[in-house]
Amino acid sequence: MSDLEAWAHIATSVPPATLLGAALCGYGLGAVGGLFCMRQEKLAAAFSFGAATLSALSGLLAGLLMLGGGAGTPAPQLELLPALIPSLRFTVRLDALSALFLLVVSLLGVAISIYSLGYAKSFFGRKNAGLLGAFYNALLLATTLTFVADNIWMFLFAWELMALTAYCLVSFEHEKPETRQAGVLFFIMSHIDAGCLILGFLLLFQASGDYSFASLHGVGAAMSPGKRDAAFVLFLLGFGIKCGIVPLHIWLPVAHPVAPSNVSALMSGLLIKTGIYGLTRVCFDFLGAPPLWWGVTILAAGTISAVLGVLYALMEHDLKRLLAYHSIENIGIILMGLGAALIFLHTGHPLLAALGLIAGMYHTINHACFKGLLFLGAGAVLHATHTRNMEEMGGLAKRMPQTACYFLLGAVAISALPPLNGFVSEWLTYQTLLQGFGTTDSLWRLAFPWSGAMLALTGALAAACFVKAFGITFLAQPRSPAAGAAHEAGPWMRAGMAVLAAACVLLGLFPALFIRLLDPLTQQLSGVQLSSQLSLNHGLVLGLPAEKAGSVSTLGLVLTGVCLLPIPLALRLVFARKARTRRGPTWACGQAGLTPQMEYTATGFSKPIRMIFKALFRPRRDVQREYDFSPYFATNIRFESHIEEVFVERLYRPLRITILRGSRRIRALQAGSIHAYLLYIFVALLLLLVFAL
Amino acid sequence: MNLDFSILLAQTALLLVLAPLLSGLIKNWKAKLQNRRGPRVWQPYFDLLKFLRKDMVLSEHSSWIFSVTPYVLFLTALAAGLLLPLVTAQAPLGLFGGVLALVGLLALGRFFLALSGLDPASAFGGMGSSREMIISAVAEPAMMLAIFTVAIAAGSTNLSQIVLASQGPGWKFFDPSRALAFTAMFIVLLAETGRIPVDNPATHLELTMIHEAMLLEYSGRYLALIEWGVAIKQLVLMALLVNIFFPIGLAPETTPATFALGLLCLAAKLLVLAGAVVLVETSNAKLRLFRVPDLLSAAFILAMLALVSTFLFS
Repeated sequence: MSDLEAWAHIATSVPPATLLGAALCGYGLGAVGGLFCMRQEKLAAAFSFGAATLSALSGLLAGLLMLGGGAGTPAPQLELLPALIPSLRFTVRLDALSALFLLVVSLLGVAISIYSLGYAKSFFGRKNAGLLGAFYNALLLATTLTFVADNIWMFLFAWELMALTAYCLVSFEHEKPETRQAGVLFFIMSHIDAGCLILGFLLLFQASGDYSFASLHGVGAAMSPGKRDAAFVLFLLGFGIKCGIVPLHIWLPVAHPVAPSNVSALMSGLLIKTGIYGLTRVCFDFLGAPPLWWGVTILAAGTISAVLGVLYALMEHDLKRLLAYHSIENIGIILMGLGAALIFLHTGHPLLAALGLIAGMYHTINHACFKGLLFLGAGAVLHATHTRNMEEMGGLAKRMPQTACYFLLGAVAISALPPLNGFVSEWLTYQTLLQGFGTTDSLWRLAFPWSGAMLALTGALAAACFVKAFGITFLAQPRSPAAGAAHEAGPWMRAGMAVLAAACVLLGLFPALFIRLLDPLTQQLSGVQLSSQLSLNHGLVLGLPAEKAGSVSTLGLVLTGVCLLPIPLALRLVFARKARTRRGPTWACGQAGLTPQMEYTATGFSKPIRMIFKALFRPRRDVQREYDFSPYFATNIRFESHIEEVFVERLYRPLRITILRGSRRIRALQAGSIHAYLLYIFVALLLLLVFAL
Repeated sequence: MNLDFSILLAQTALLLVLAPLLSGLIKNWKAKLQNRRGPRVWQPYFDLLKFLRKDMVLSEHSSWIFSVTPYVLFLTALAAGLLLPLVTAQAPLGLFGGVLALVGLLALGRFFLALSGLDPASAFGGMGSSREMIISAVAEPAMMLAIFTVAIAAGSTNLSQIVLASQGPGWKFFDPSRALAFTAMFIVLLAETGRIPVDNPATHLELTMIHEAMLLEYSGRYLALIEWGVAIKQLVLMALLVNIFFPIGLAPETTPATFALGLLCLAAKLLVLAGAVVLVETSNAKLRLFRVPDLLSAAFILAMLALVSTFLFS
């Protein structure tokens, strides 16, 4: 015990800045090492993923120390490289907001890196696992840098590095045409968002005259309202593309599934959170004093994203695409909390703003955990069955019992069911929205319960979707020989999933403990600390600051269940002592045997939703029958059903056609004659001169 | 503390005992109204006893989920009942969660039941699971909005607090927002308990059953636990409805006298509500599956109106 205490003392006495520096160096080393010994795959994979695990642990500790230190802890600053040009400095800073996101990236990094140690084996001899490890480390490095960057240059540099490494990882299996297409789409969207961000930062720079984030703090006060609004819109577009707000999300369900599964988990759990980080940083830290419509816009965008995300997820039978759509849903839920917080800042309710921030940030952590877990589970399933199509799975609960358990935990958590973490953060979101009703007398207040009702719809649809995802994938009979021959995932992969499953359970049962870590954050962004008011009965019960406004204790609910368990057990002992249990065939209306073809399919499961929301989905179906004498006795039926997203069809396709047409027109300028080009240069010069005069 | 513990025990016992009686009563009254003699009121108890003693057959395709579900369903329904102020305004475990936790616990039970519908690889089970999850999803926003209406009025999601707040001098029987919210909740109650315009609890016809389809493979004591759990869930939802909207007889303190009075009031309110359910079930035909969303969106609109009228009349 004293040994442990000594270690704990040593660990806590290291300054967070050192730990952060170590983590960044570790990722860098992992990336370089992976490239260096690329020829020896096993060594390269072990080295790079091992380095990533250790670096992430170091980062986790740094984040915990920083947030655990309380609200007064000064934010450590670190110069990574000596400044070559005076204004171009490579500085990072770990304030509360950065520390929270560092915590998220590191927690997920630890689990996924452990998983990857086993998962990389599936690439040996097929693809270069060393290259995968190198890009993986580079992505973690870039994401961490994005979260801790302390000036505009550093931020944009990290942002671009992140987009490029993510692009390389998305198109890692570039032999498949769909992967290449997804990669290009991701590349284009990333650069549109980077463009919006550069414009937005230019507007901020105009007002502050300095690149450092410290000088941007509250810079919105020095800007004219028009420019502030313009900056807000640009940042909303830029960060909105990254985090997949509907209708800017179209790249997300295309790009996430085609990447290797560990990278999918990283992208869905983490990469889209950079958008949330950016929005929070800009709206709460830089622009300050938000007008009402910002909050309302974000609340509305969140509500729409949540509902549409889950509806499109229900239509999917590709396991990884389904999970990708759920990321859009969960980003929507996070934005509901943040949007409500912005509205409260406008109406002058810092306490409620802090509650909204806590709801949003807690859901950010939670989503990283359960979405990471689900993607890792999907990766294990993919590894075992070699397909992403749920209609070819089934019966995996018996063949991969541990993976099934972890996936079920993730499914319960993401469906916001008690007692896991998804329930806690949605509870906080509900409470934020309900409390919001009383803050204003205007008609806007109806938006809060309306969003709450949509959150209820989202939660219930998510539960339906995960009954489908878990039920079709893991239960009943295998629907294909590959599913029948599936095998359990290896020990490293299971360990990675176990870490995230444990995080889901702990975050679910002891929320007050983790909310205490958010104190510095709410202090920084809304000027209030809430955790002591939120925790009742020594932190075992989560309650609202207002007197008796509502409380919940997931731990208490679990204990209640445990205490009630003797009732059914006693019933069994008293009455069913002589009863025997045997196995028998499932009732098949008296037919001889039940074949997997008779099972309900994923498409069939979601058919009622497809019918109810027909106006949105507008499903196309094509049935061809071949028959001899009557259409009722078909010899051959071919059925095809297809749903295309309304945004792709109505918004992006016309846009693409217009752009292509426009560029074809402009191509006429590119005649290839040097005289013409000289003329262009001359005209441009003249115009600039006129403009300057 | 001592008193709290006795309330806890009393309410647990009450939930366990009262739930089968309520379903028996509804069955019996329904039969009477249709000029049949019908099963005795006590019949559900005998059924449960018989199921408990019987041998069990488990499907050869099913996994451990199938065996865990009866326990999850039973325990979540019972725990949800303990969050509710049933006889007096004190909810035994009100500290552990309010109305959001209650809805969440019932949803957890439903989640597992729907998984068990898929587990034995039968098409009926899958059909039942699909329909159950989708109907509950469409019902959820209406229910939440109706609950929000009372929760916002009371300034709390704690059920004891909601009951106490609605007992205040401002409480009126025909308050427009409450009447609208009550109607919305009543429609949701019919959907959530699988009553006639939505689901037919008496049918075993393949194409029309929803809830029963999921239970098709269950037998013996697992079936007993599920039937009992579902009965408790029905009692919890009905008691939630009557106690939130008609908080008569719910004393703020629990003494033997108030407990007895509360019990009488609860029985009277439940009898009236059960009568209403029986009337609706007998006088309506079951809706086609794709007409059910229309009914539930009507409930949603009613709940929205309830909220708007809170806004207008306050």
